[in-house]
Amino acid sequence: MLSISRDLHDKIVAHARADHPDEACGVLAGPAGRECPERFIPMTNAARSPTFYEFDSTEQFRVWKEMDERDEEPVVIYHSHTATEAYPSRTDVSYAGEPGAHYVLVSTRDEDKTEFRSYRILDGQITEEPVTVVE
Amino acid sequence: MAIEVRIPTILRTYTDGAKQVEATGSTLGELLADLDSRHGGLRDRLVDGGGLRRFVNVYLNDEDVRFLEGLDTPVKDGDTVTVLPAVAGGALFI
Repeated sequence: MLSISRDLHDKIVAHARADHPDEACGVLAGPAGRECPERFIPMTNAARSPTFYEFDSTEQFRVWKEMDERDEEPVVIYHSHTATEAYPSRTDVSYAGEPGAHYVLVSTRDEDKTEFRSYRILDGQITEEPVTVVE
Repeated sequence: MAIEVRIPTILRTYTDGAKQVEATGSTLGELLADLDSRHGGLRDRLVDGGGLRRFVNVYLNDEDVRFLEGLDTPVKDGDTVTVLPAVAGGALFI
């Protein structure tokens, strides 16, 4: 299950709304081994596309190096779908390269309601998990 | 001559769980062949017929080797090569 503060949840939603109709993407870093997201790191979507996202490779290196130096790991990798549901696509599963991460999907397809769901993606298998937003 | 190669979690099955291994070579291509001689199958995860795989990032020190010379990038003793799977996805089916 994913336990996330209201603040971090709202930052992800705001990022997705701001980048709509392009997909937004980013990371929540947290102390290694604790599965507790703490630090919001919005990333540039180098693809700038309404249907695809990709971290800029140089930016990804910098962020991963920084997490390593701070003894952190990417607890959450999030991205948005702008016209489809907040469920991992086949492409999302193909490129899920961080087995320890919680993959958060946000959908901005509805103007008034943002879908926010979380999944583990391991060996090509998607498992949805409950999200607890901590006020 | 030793070049440190940092391996992402998802590829540590090829290195018996090691986060870091050493290799030699005068270019990245040679280095990957050397790596593969001790960690069979690892090279195939990084390289395909056309060169470096599209959704794998390889860095020489702090630079993505796509901005250097790809597999022909010269490497030397004391360098660090880092491998990171690209973080990508989206609604589009590719």
